[in-house]
This record gives sequence, structure tokens and C-alpha cells, in this order.
Amino acid sequence: MEAVAEHEQIETESGREVLISVRDLVVGFGERTILDHLSLDIYRGEILGFVGTSGGGKSVLTRTILGLVPKRSGTVEVFGQDLDALTPQQRSAIEQRWGVLFQQGALFSSLTVKQNIQFPLREHLNLSQSMMDDIAYAKIEMVGLKCDAGEKLPSELSGGMIKRAALARALALDPEILFLDEPTSGLDPIGAGDFDELIRTLQQTLGLTVFMVTHDLDSLHTVCDRIAALGEGKVIAQGPIETMMESQHPWLRAYFHGARARAVRSER
Amino acid sequence: MAPASLLDVRHDGTELKAIGAGSWTAENADALEKLVSDAAREHASAGHGQIDLSQVDRMDTFGALLLERLRRSWSDGGVEPRIVGLKRRYNVLIQEMSRMGHEPHPAVRRRERLLEGVGHNVIDIGHDAKLLLNFVGASMAAGLRMMMRPTTFRFTSMVNQIDRVGLRAVPIIILITFLIGCILAQQGIFHFRRFGADIYVVDMVGVLVLRELGVLIVSIMIAGRSGSAYTAELGSMRMREEVDALRVMGVDPIEILVIPRLLALVIALPLLTFIGSMSALFGGGLVSWLYGDIQPGVFLDRLKDAIDIDHFLVGMIKAPFMACVIGIVACMEGLRVGGSAESLGAHTTASVVKAIFLVIVMDGLFAMFFASINM
Repeated sequence: MEAVAEHEQIETESGREVLISVRDLVVGFGERTILDHLSLDIYRGEILGFVGTSGGGKSVLTRTILGLVPKRSGTVEVFGQDLDALTPQQRSAIEQRWGVLFQQGALFSSLTVKQNIQFPLREHLNLSQSMMDDIAYAKIEMVGLKCDAGEKLPSELSGGMIKRAALARALALDPEILFLDEPTSGLDPIGAGDFDELIRTLQQTLGLTVFMVTHDLDSLHTVCDRIAALGEGKVIAQGPIETMMESQHPWLRAYFHGARARAVRSER
Repeated sequence: MAPASLLDVRHDGTELKAIGAGSWTAENADALEKLVSDAAREHASAGHGQIDLSQVDRMDTFGALLLERLRRSWSDGGVEPRIVGLKRRYNVLIQEMSRMGHEPHPAVRRRERLLEGVGHNVIDIGHDAKLLLNFVGASMAAGLRMMMRPTTFRFTSMVNQIDRVGLRAVPIIILITFLIGCILAQQGIFHFRRFGADIYVVDMVGVLVLRELGVLIVSIMIAGRSGSAYTAELGSMRMREEVDALRVMGVDPIEILVIPRLLALVIALPLLTFIGSMSALFGGGLVSWLYGDIQPGVFLDRLKDAIDIDHFLVGMIKAPFMACVIGIVACMEGLRVGGSAESLGAHTTASVVKAIFLVIVMDGLFAMFFASINM
């Protein structure tokens, strides 16, 4: 409740603050339209899972919100500000309030993990070296790595450690929104489960809002507050997992009631 | 109510009181750090302490970390502070922070010292020489195996490589060697004219271009242009485990990747050397005519007298050897690339530098050899 009280807020019917609002977004490459008048809201403090077919435009939506892919039309508002109407300074200020975990981690390969985490701090803040070291090691511990990982180069880390280190870098500036692109892909089920739990813990500790592109049915069941499904360039359904399970859309039925989905449910 | 300061420290009788206010977040971390380190020194005289955070309205990891610093330094000094007024939603964050930072930080990677670096480099050079020999051996073995089973030879791949390193290099080779020929002739005429020996410029250009410069310039160009491309190609294949994929399918990467590239260079480089030499002679002739008033007919007659077939052969014989050096160094460096993009860049640079170095060393050895057989 307090979180709402101290920020300028945009109220919706549901009474929750909208952090990211995508309206009528159209994105395409050449002849092909990937996102066709897509609209989506992301509320403060939730973990939104975003599902859809491979190559269906999930990553394209993330990248469009982040400004990495140009859009044909539509608006993207973050913290109530239209991203197209911003000066470069304002944009940079917004970019400091979100953190991104790329699918392959995208750690800078020539820097150690500690230097990777300190990179945004060095760019945007004016801190002493001892403070930056403390912050870097705090983030390293927060994502569940051992301190000695700090002096390692990304090439010396395993897949799971790379994801965690990249998450630590995404969290370096204490962002309010965290974008995760398939955070659990390439991890074994136990590692993936731990990572889900980590995201949940961090979300509670830091009060994050998480936008998570995922294929992992386990993650959808355990950590996501709300799920949005992408089909034919639009959001075909959104709501908590129960809504998804009850949906009559053929693709959603196949996705949430397929053999793999049944296996996940029977474990529960 | 604008808070005057992020952190105020007061002595209240025997109690030491720190009063925080405002946003304890990343933007203010710099200022707050200084205040905290000042406040941390205040503990000596006090009996007990209190940290009042009721006016702190926002806090993130940065603020929580600094709070933890203050708390620890006071409690190390014998004052166990009570933290009061902290907003409930930050409790988890503070608890997390107090749990952390007990592990000592690992030692920072030390930069190597000058002498240490020299030592490492010497060892590396020895190591490199061994690897180069190893690779030459492996390539020869693969080449011999292919001769036994000629059907396994990747003819298409080789033709494709010849197109890339040979045909497509022709324009730039023609341009560069033409310019070198022009410059050589201009300099020759300029200096020989003082002795009235203009005509000897033809001898100089002819001998220099055919024996040395033609093959040297072309080799250096190809080392930069195609050697680096080989290294980068093979290197990125290694990064994406494509080379390992070949190996587990029972295919020797040297046979399939290195031999066609090497042969393509061995075929293309002599051809390019010939084209380059002719282009340089043409450039020399053109400048002699326009700048030195030596008519083309006179130039050609003089050229015929000045050079014989040996000069031409000396240049051409060297070309395939240069091709082997460039190809082997480039492929070897490519297959040594490790996992990172940085390693790809380092090996590509190393490939070009080593190839050019070895080309020039080879040229020197050839010069001694040809001198001793009077060629």
C-alpha cells in the first residue's frame, strides 16, 4: 500500500498502478507483420509471464519496449511517459530504472563479473571504489553466487552462473522493472526451479516488477502472478494461471493441457 | 518538509543518535556514503546508539548497504544501535543485507609486471613455434591422407575459396601494386636524373618488382585480407562448437576446413603475384613515360635487356611458399580461438601479425638462398 502512496500513479479500473502500457503496437519486418495492434499493461509489483509460439514475436515485443526494434505505429508508455516523446536525457533516466536479463546473458566477455556489475554504476553514478565493490558483492550474493565468482571472467562460468551473474548486472542500479528473456532456458529443472525461487525472492525483497518471457510451464505455475499469451500478433488471453487453464483458445488448450503440461500438474 | 540532510548525527546524553531522512537510493548514494563514513567515526564516546529512519521514505540496496555499514562500524566500536522507524516493506531488504558481506572479497586479479610479462612472452613464443610445427605436421598428414583417397577432397569448397581469396582480391591487388609501381618509378627517376641515369629506372623497377616487391606486397595484402578472414571464420566456427561437431561425426576438421583453404591460397597467390607484378610494371612504365619522358617502346626494350627469366622465376617460386605460411598461420590461429569474442579478436590480430612477420622472414631466407645459387 505504501508503495502506491509515494509515487505519481496512473489508476486503472482495477485500481493498480500501470508501469508499462503498450497500445496498438504494430511491428513488422519487410512484408511480414509480427505484432498487429497489440495492447498490454504491466502493473507495479507483479510478475507477468509472457508466452507464445516460438518465432511468434515474444522477444520482438520485449525488444520493442526496450527500444531495440523500431515500431511501425502504436505507443509504449513506461512510468506514464511516452517513450517516443522523450529527450535523450529523459530516456536515459528511464533506462536506469529498468534492468534486462538477455537470453544468453550478454555479459561483457572482456570484463570480470564484478566489473560487469560495476559497469552501469560507473556509467551512471559517482561512487567510491569501496562502495562499488560492496554493491557488486552484495548483488553477487543476492543472486546466489559465491563471492569468488566476482573475479571470474564470463568464459569461466557455467550456464547457470552466467544467468545469475547477468541477473546481478541487470539489478546493479536497483531497477524498478526487470525484463527477463527466457530466464530458465538452458538450465536443468533443479537449477530452473532455484532460479524461479530466486526471482520470487528478489521481487519481494526489492519490490520489483518483472516481465518474463518464458516457455517454462513450471515457472508459469510457480512464480507468475499473471500470464499473457501472444497469438497472431495480439494478446489472445491474459490473467492468472487458472484463467489460462480454462481458456477455450485451441493454442492455449494445447499449451496448457498438452502432455508436458499434464506432467507439471500431476506433480503438484 | 524538505529534509535538511540525509543523515544527521547527534549526541543525546550517553546516546548517539543518527537520524536519516529523504531517499536512501542510488541517486543519493554518493553523498550518503560520505555522511555514513563520518558518522561511523562517532561511536567512541557513546554508551548506546539509535538509528532513526522514520523520515527515510525510499530505500534501495544502496541505502540498505550503507545502513548496514553504519550499523556494523558502530557495533564494532561497542555501540549496538537500535534501528527504529524503518518502513515495514524494507525489513526484508535490511535482513538480506545484514546476512551478506561476511565473506571476504576475493583478491583482485593482479596485472602482470613487466619482467613477468617478458617471461610469459618468451614462453609463449616457444609454445607458438611448437604449435606451428605441430600444425604443419597435421596439415601434411591430412594432405597425404587425401592423396590416398582423392575422392574425399572438397573440390567445390576449394573453388569457392579460390573465388574468395583470388578472384575477388584482383581489383585491390591491381590498384595497390599499380600505385607501388608508380611511386617506385617516380622516386627512381627523381634521384637518377641527377646523374643523367634516368634510363636505369627501368632496371630498378623491373628487378625490384619481379624479384621482391610483387610477391611481398601481394603476400602482405593477402595476409591482411584473406588470412584474417580465415582466422575469423574458423574462429567463429570454433566458438559455436561447429568444429567439435565435425570431429564427433568422424570428420577431420583439418581435412575439410584447412586443406581446401590452404590449396586455394597456394593456387591463388602465384596468380595474384603475376597480376600484381604486371600491374606494378605497368604503373612504372606509365610514370616513366609521363614523368620521365621515357617512351613506352624504349621502356620495353630496356626491360627486355635488364631482366631475364631468372628474375621472374625468383618471384614466382616464392609465391606458393608465402601462401603456405599465410594459410597455415591463419588456420592455426583460427582453430585456437577460445570461447569469447575477445579471444576471436586477439587471434585474428595475431594471425595477421604473425603471417606478415613470417612472410618477411621467409623472403629474407629466400634472398640468401637465391644469392648462393647465383639466381
